[in-house]
Order: sequence, then C-alpha cells, then structure tokens
Amino acid sequence: MPYALCFLLFMIGLYCAVVKKNMVKIVIGILIMEYAVNLFLVMLGFRWGGRAPIITAEDMVGGSLSELFVNSSVDPLPQALVLTAIVISLGSLALMISICIRTYERYGTFDITQIRRLKG
Amino acid sequence: MKGMTIIVKNISSFVKVLIFLFGIYIILFGHLTPGGGFAGGVIIASSYVLLMLAYGREFAEENLSLSMTSKLDCLGALLFAAVGLFGLFYGAASFFWNFIHQKSWWGEPFNLLSAGTIPLSNIFIGIKVGASLFLVILILSSFRLETSASEKE
Amino acid sequence: MAIIFYTLLVFIIIAAFIAVETKKLLSAVICIGAIGFGASIMFLFLFAPDIAITQIVVEVLGLIILIRATISRDRTFIAGDREFFGMIVSLVIIFLIAVAGILVFPETLPDFGTPIFTETSNSASQTYVEEGMEKTGAANLVASVILDFRAYDTLGEATVLFTSIIGATIILRKKTKKLLEEPDL
Repeated sequence: MPYALCFLLFMIGLYCAVVKKNMVKIVIGILIMEYAVNLFLVMLGFRWGGRAPIITAEDMVGGSLSELFVNSSVDPLPQALVLTAIVISLGSLALMISICIRTYERYGTFDITQIRRLKG
Repeated sequence: MKGMTIIVKNISSFVKVLIFLFGIYIILFGHLTPGGGFAGGVIIASSYVLLMLAYGREFAEENLSLSMTSKLDCLGALLFAAVGLFGLFYGAASFFWNFIHQKSWWGEPFNLLSAGTIPLSNIFIGIKVGASLFLVILILSSFRLETSASEKE
Repeated sequence: MAIIFYTLLVFIIIAAFIAVETKKLLSAVICIGAIGFGASIMFLFLFAPDIAITQIVVEVLGLIILIRATISRDRTFIAGDREFFGMIVSLVIIFLIAVAGILVFPETLPDFGTPIFTETSNSASQTYVEEGMEKTGAANLVASVILDFRAYDTLGEATVLFTSIIGATIILRKKTKKLLEEPDL
C-alpha cells in the first residue's frame, strides 16, 4: 500500500511536467518525480523491526558478527544507490535552472508557447 | 549582490565556522557513523554559501575565488580516480582495490584509521562535491548581477 | 508504526498537489521544501540515517538555487495550461500509464516490509551484510558498499556531477569586453 502512494506521487509529478506552461513548473514536476523514485527505492529495502545497517561494538560477539544483526538489518544496497541519486538530482537541477535563466534573458518570458513562436 | 544587516553578519561569521567543522566531522567519520563524503561535502559548500549570502558576493570571492574553486573541484576528481588506480601497482586484478586493508597497513575496525582506502575516498569526494556546488551557486549569483547591471546602462 | 508512514506520505502528496496547482511561483518553491523535509523524516523512520542527512542538506541547497533563480523575475503569475488537443492526448497517456501501473503492482512487487534478499539465497545484499566488515573493515555498511564493493558507480556519479556543473558554467558564461573586441587575427 505505501508503494501505491509513491506511484501516485510520481503521477502527480508527471502530470505537472507534461501539462503546465511555465518553465519553472516543468522543473518542479521533474523534481517531484525524482523524490518519488528515491522514496520508492528506499522502501523496497525496508524490514519490520529492523535496524540501520551500521555495526556498533555491541553487535560483535566474540570477534564475529552476531546473529541478531544479520537477521534484522535493513538492505544496504538500495540505500547506496539512492545516496548518489540524491546528489545527482541537485546537479541536474542546477543545469535546468541555468537553461531557464538563459531563456528568460533571451526571450523575456518563462512561457514556452511564446518561445515556440519567436524565431531568430 | 549586497549582503545583509549587521546582526546577520555578526551571527553568521560565528555560525559558519561551526558548520564547516561539522562538515569535516561528517566526512572524517564516514566509515564509522552515518554520513560519508557526499553529505559532508554538501555541508561544507553550504557554509561557504552562508558566507556569500550574508556578506555579499564580492567579499566571498576575495575569500575563495572562482578560479580556486574550480581548481579544487578538478583536484578532488583527479585524486579520487588516482586512489582507484593505485591498487594496480600492488598486484590487484581490478580498479578500486582496497589495498590498504588487504595488506593490513592500518589498524583494527572501529578506529579512526581503519577500513583501508575508504576514509581517503571520503575526503576526496567531499572536496569535489563541496567545490562543485559552491561553484554553481557562485556562477548563478554572478550572472544575475551581470544582467541587472547591463539593464541599467 | 505503519500509521506514521501513511501520515507522512499523505502530507507529501498534499504538498505536491499544492506545488502543482498554485499560480504563484514562490508558493510552489516553498511546497518543494516541505516535500523534501517530509521525505527526510520518512527516511529516518525507514532506518536510513545516511540518506536522511544527505536529503536535508541537498534540499536546503536546492531551495537556494530555485529561489535565487526565480523570485526576482517579473513573470510569476503565468496561469493556464497548454493548448487543448495536446493536453487531452497527454492526459490520456498518463491515465493509461496509471492503469498499467495499478495492474502490475500487486503481483510483482514483494510485500512492504519483507525485502527480497531474505527470500532468495546467495543474494548480493546478504553477502554485503555478513561479510562486509571483514572484507573492508568499515563499520558503516553503506559506506563500504559505495566506496569498496561498488566504487565504479561512485566514479560514474562523480563524472555526472562534474559534467553537469561544467554545463551550467558554460551556459551562464558572460561575454567580457575582451571577447567582443577582437575581430581581427
């Protein structure tokens, strides 16, 4: 059931990126889609009654890892993928905003239907 | 871009040092506690962004100029790639081989000096990400200053 | 415990809805900030503290970039949508994607709370959890995954970040007087 709510968030972002006319609204739609995908990936690795994948000194029993930690830790692989995805989304946001600023300076508006009609 | 009032300047000159120190802590202890290179690098960038917002862009450029930031960015990326290539000298079969841990040069787990090349990689990634993000915010704000100045002419 | 997830997700969806439908750009940017904070608290309850730290600081810098770029321009009140026929086609396509997703979801995805690596044997995550400490010596398993087991992905991420920053720098380059005044040679 939480997967369905994440999918609904993705659909809201997709609707905003496809239908809206303002360039910054399109960027906001893409940003909402990125948040939805990151949330979905971390939710895939969740476990009820689990714990974070960080080993403390209490988990080591006689020089090796205790059974309790192995049976209750959360999946560390989706967390590693989402960590880089969050920083990449910031870089792509900077690139999109710089394109918007350049277009505003050239055409004087954020409206994409106006930009289609002016040539040269 | 001009800065803010004198209350904001006094408080931020004290707070930005604490933010910078916190960023260095998150990078250095990245293999023991949550955090790592990416989060610490973004925190270091945000301390410089606080300096730029409170004092104005010219003061921040005297502190850490545009060319120096881009050189730090390139340096961080090159050093991270060099850490990956170093393993080839020590008889590895692939890139990014943790040669310091496999040859047991450093100490036991749960210490600060442990886990091989992971603290080194954290430091270089932190430098790279911090310099990149500060560079892009510096460029964005200087572009705004340029257009408003040209409109006045 | 599940009630916290549903509350946070409903909060995030309401904030996203406001960000999409409002006519003022400043309200949309503030709602993006609310989505980011809600996502960060959600990551804390999903037992991912690394990602919660990264999400909140990236959210703050993203807000600064968005506000710096949009607020001082004059055009903050553009209303309306695109022309009629294109919008109808896009809405039909979005509806078809939504129906396909709802049909696919309950069969192929695992239940919420039982990750895949507990059900299959010899999965990669099981190896990372059991042998990560002795093979790399790091106590933080996520750091050992991104910097030792999968360091190639981190190199790719550094390359993508580098390229996008170079792109943003080149797009926002200003023409100095020296560039404009040398027509000869």
